[in-house]
Amino acid sequence: MSEKIDQNRREFVSVAGKAAAASVVAPGVLLHSIAHAEPRAEPVTDAVRYGLLIDTTKCADGCSDCVSACDKENGLDLLGKPDGATDEDWARQKPRWIRTVKVKDRLSGHVSSLPLMCQHCEHPPCVDVCPTGASFRRADGIVMVDRHTCIGCRYCMMACPYKARSFIHENIKVKLSAVPRGKGCVESCTLCVHRRDYGVAGTACADACEHGAILFGDLNDPNSDITKALQERNHTQLRADLKLNTGVRYRGI
Amino acid sequence: MKKIYYREWGIESPRYWGLLAVLTVILAVAGFAVLHMEHEGHWVTGMNNEVVWGVPHVFAIFLIVAASGALNVAALGSVFGKHIYKSLGRLSGLLAMTLLLSGLLILVLDLGQPSRLIVAMTTYNFKSIFAWNIYLYVGFLVIVAAYLFTMMERKAQRFYKGVGLLAFVWRLILTTGTGSIFGFIVARPGYDAAMLAPMFIIMSFAYGLAIYLLVLMFTFDAEGRALGDKLLGRLKSLLGIFVSAIFYFVLVYHLTNLYGTENHEYEAFILLNGGIYTTLFWVGWVLLGMLVPMAILFHPALGNSRGGIIAASLLVILGGLAAMYVIVIGGQAFPMPIFPDKIILESGFQDGIGGAALYYSPSLPEFLLGIGGVALALGVTLVAVRMLKFLPASLADEVVDPHHG
Amino acid sequence: MVRTVTRLLLLAALLFSAVTFAESQRNNAVIEGSKAADLDACVAPTDFMRRAHFELIEHQRHITVHQGIRKTDNSLAGCVNCHVAKDVHGTFLPVDGANPVTGEQQFCAGCHEYSGVQLDCFSCHTNVPLKAGK
Repeated sequence: MSEKIDQNRREFVSVAGKAAAASVVAPGVLLHSIAHAEPRAEPVTDAVRYGLLIDTTKCADGCSDCVSACDKENGLDLLGKPDGATDEDWARQKPRWIRTVKVKDRLSGHVSSLPLMCQHCEHPPCVDVCPTGASFRRADGIVMVDRHTCIGCRYCMMACPYKARSFIHENIKVKLSAVPRGKGCVESCTLCVHRRDYGVAGTACADACEHGAILFGDLNDPNSDITKALQERNHTQLRADLKLNTGVRYRGI
Repeated sequence: MKKIYYREWGIESPRYWGLLAVLTVILAVAGFAVLHMEHEGHWVTGMNNEVVWGVPHVFAIFLIVAASGALNVAALGSVFGKHIYKSLGRLSGLLAMTLLLSGLLILVLDLGQPSRLIVAMTTYNFKSIFAWNIYLYVGFLVIVAAYLFTMMERKAQRFYKGVGLLAFVWRLILTTGTGSIFGFIVARPGYDAAMLAPMFIIMSFAYGLAIYLLVLMFTFDAEGRALGDKLLGRLKSLLGIFVSAIFYFVLVYHLTNLYGTENHEYEAFILLNGGIYTTLFWVGWVLLGMLVPMAILFHPALGNSRGGIIAASLLVILGGLAAMYVIVIGGQAFPMPIFPDKIILESGFQDGIGGAALYYSPSLPEFLLGIGGVALALGVTLVAVRMLKFLPASLADEVVDPHHG
Repeated sequence: MVRTVTRLLLLAALLFSAVTFAESQRNNAVIEGSKAADLDACVAPTDFMRRAHFELIEHQRHITVHQGIRKTDNSLAGCVNCHVAKDVHGTFLPVDGANPVTGEQQFCAGCHEYSGVQLDCFSCHTNVPLKAGK
């Protein structure tokens, strides 16, 4: 069958391909920043592993720029409280990909603020428990949900040690071309996967942080800023005891 | 032992149809609740992004656990060769199937995408215990159906022992799988324990038997069939032993946790300051679900009275639901130890500020869905015993025990 | 006799309506004012697309989600982008809905409602082009 499609497509491309191709590249892309952008044509490989380094010493108390940037990038700002729900209910039932947390050390009393999101584990418990395989880890280290096979059982949310995932509790009216979303599926931070695939730099949270507390990059590239920063100074994983080899690392906690 | 005859359940029609009408009304109400949740989404329930499994799961897991336990009565007859129980096998297999189906139906109807059930049945991740459970549940239904066939069809009787053994082994694996849904969750302090699987097995023994006893006593009493004290006495003693065994498992589970400092906060949450979860643990599960039933069942007078056995069975079931609530919801309400050495001061996601419990307040539709599941199990059971020969014509002492008198 | 005539008349009426409906479908399948209306064919010949567009989309959905391949003619966003039309105010009309003024069913809705095939895509995907921050 695929052969036939290819043949048909070739015939067509010679006729009107350019016009059509130009029109399908665009949707969902932030055109302003794709100077060298070319949508991905080959499957992602494990030659790269994307990750974040979060420097909690730079993260400012009370700032939530990363959260609002993420909401905007991923269409979370388009959602509204369902009619009849209370504000308290909505606070617990709305989806949230990144959140700020302020913690105090039990011994020293040292207080730090930090953003918390999917940690993009190498061995993600959410992927282990998913009955249908909808929860998966892409070759480049991004842990995400295939909404087409997610049945909404929420077992991944039971299993995630970071409570990084959200369930869509309500009907969704408006969604972005780049970030599909619908009632009854689970979702979480994708490290701005559409940016990865369209060759756009950075993540929304890292770009938005004025304090330089969030560094995004390729953990497999010895010359990337993130690798150098990780080599330079000490860093930790959250719940290191679980040995998940997280793709998001923290400094200063 | 005399030959056992089986007969359809013959209570008067008005009473039978009246019972079915009541159950149908309950089912209809539950159906509307499901449609409401389906149409609006889960925001109309108390479940949220912190406590993701709620009351439907409490009912569903209770029913699934009880289903495998209900099969034990049959296993006593075929696997352990106790002839006195052999005549009870048909009802045992029937209850096992109806309870399991109802539990599964609740789980499916609570999915975010119930219409994608076909995806769950065709796409598997074999590292997931959930995926394995789908096979275990479907296999259980098939095997128990075959088991029933060997009991009810003379020509298939030569397979009775073999299929019975398979069914018994399968049910042990099935409950292990159900317990492991929680046991395999490494991230949460309340779960992540191999002990949950055997504990679920022993719980299934008790909850399945309690339901069995109630259905047996009700159906026999309603029609005026003889149900001798001899058999009832054996069953109630078994129930007492099973409940004692749960007590032992709960004791060891919490003692082990109390020994390790890392679990002290979780233990304090369940045993001391967890609010509703602490109350349900002590009053619901321990006192009403175990201590009182044990006292009744082992009491020389109360334990041999029908009222006492009914009360004890009801309490064991209520205690079982309380136990599931403590395990399923309490285990989630306890804040996740993302920062073990820190106290959370603020969070954009209620991470349990200062160790506070995560919020869950069950909603009416969730209860209706759960109760609907129970009504379905009962309804299908009653229709089945009415139409087919599941119930022995008599379980009088002289019928079940050759040495009687 | 009368019955036969009535039957023949009915048959003729049915045939006529079927023909005119097919004709109207041919003309209306692509919505006036959408980018697709200016093109000779879709990413494959029209007959093929009518029969097999969902296979293209389903194949693409897997390789996009799991392998990140976005350079393609077969993305759902591409369908929407090309087949979406605007109302008189220049606002996009959802491809799975109808024009509220004229009642004209939009590209996806027209066929799917006629053929009674449930359209699941837009329970999660947007039915109009929408970029972040707009």
